[in-house]
Amino acid sequence: MEIKEYLKPKSIEEAYEALLSNINNKIIGGGAWIKISLKKVDTLISLDDLKLNYIKEENDFFEIGSMTPLRDLEINKGLNDLAGGIISKAIGNIMGVSIRNIATIGGSVMGKFAFSDLLGVLMVLDAELIFYNSGVISVEDFINMPKIPKDILLSIRLKKQTAKGYFKKVATTHLDFSILNLAIVYNERFKIAIGSRPNIAVLAKRTEEYLNGFKKLDEANLDEVVKISLEEVKLGDNSRGSKEYRELLMKTYLKRGIREVIK
Amino acid sequence: MKIDLTINKQKRTFLVEPNEYLLDVLRRYDYHSVRRGCDNTSCGVCTVLLDGKPVPSCSVLAIRCENRDITTVEGIEKEAEKLAHYFGELGADQCGYCNPSMALTVYALKRENKNAGDEDIKSYLVGNLCRCTGYVAQHEAIKRYLGDES
Repeated sequence: MEIKEYLKPKSIEEAYEALLSNINNKIIGGGAWIKISLKKVDTLISLDDLKLNYIKEENDFFEIGSMTPLRDLEINKGLNDLAGGIISKAIGNIMGVSIRNIATIGGSVMGKFAFSDLLGVLMVLDAELIFYNSGVISVEDFINMPKIPKDILLSIRLKKQTAKGYFKKVATTHLDFSILNLAIVYNERFKIAIGSRPNIAVLAKRTEEYLNGFKKLDEANLDEVVKISLEEVKLGDNSRGSKEYRELLMKTYLKRGIREVIK
Repeated sequence: MKIDLTINKQKRTFLVEPNEYLLDVLRRYDYHSVRRGCDNTSCGVCTVLLDGKPVPSCSVLAIRCENRDITTVEGIEKEAEKLAHYFGELGADQCGYCNPSMALTVYALKRENKNAGDEDIKSYLVGNLCRCTGYVAQHEAIKRYLGDES
């Protein structure tokens, strides 16, 4: 990796100007995946001095600064009460504690990593991303953008909600990326996201719609749920697993997850 | 460029390149207890404490550590000796390559969670690989160390 210069701005404005001034200037989040994501950078811009490392709990929502390490989210008491601790469940399975001490939520979002265990969780929690220039963008819209915007992610907002949550990561070991991950939140309505398909996480909207039409679910309904989800969620092959294996995983864990959240 | 790092409570000035990782700088300046393993965040042998928290030095740019506190195993000598005693008692290591990083991580766990149980230990140490042992004796040694209030 080649980095010509390193800049530690004292204000967001300065950081934003530096980002726009050269196409090869990049912002560094936690830097956990910098070795696999950056090759050549003219100026690497650090947000370390911009006070973006915080978790604030307000009456109706949590606001998390983009430079907050994943470990801080994992052990935050308030966030652990959100949707059955789904955030902690997802983050707690990302490699070891030492990586989670450096990887930040902002880096995890802006990297748009297909293997991410966190993006699907943020989608089912209806997370909002607060950008310096673009303002508020839902995480779903952000994921669907064809290009990562040249902007600075300031914080992530999560509405408080009383919901049940389920998260499952399937990987060979703790240190491996997911072969598939599933996040489900249920609060009278279902939100379901499938990630590491091996493509980036998506919401299973037709599946959610089907499930939300029922007052009471039985096993026959669950078979139909699996059928719909396999039709709408595109799964594929990569070195971690085949499409067929992912289909089997999705069938199994989707049913288990739904059963768990409606208990 | 020049940066100041505080290593084991001693402030020193280092000459670093913007793309140099902390592991490379530390080893270049003869902190050889910080080991190189996978070099891609998977094995944990390069662990140091950054402001008291374990981090993989192979993936932290040295320049980002300016004016911060770094602890290598030499900085926790007494605690490392205690852990080594239990490792020796239980035959919990062989080559010793992973010991400094293991000691730093276990020390951080002890400070973070005084009542760590079996699952807490396993979960905290998931990123620290040992290629020689089967972890069982290590796990027991770590439990004894965590219970040692001396």
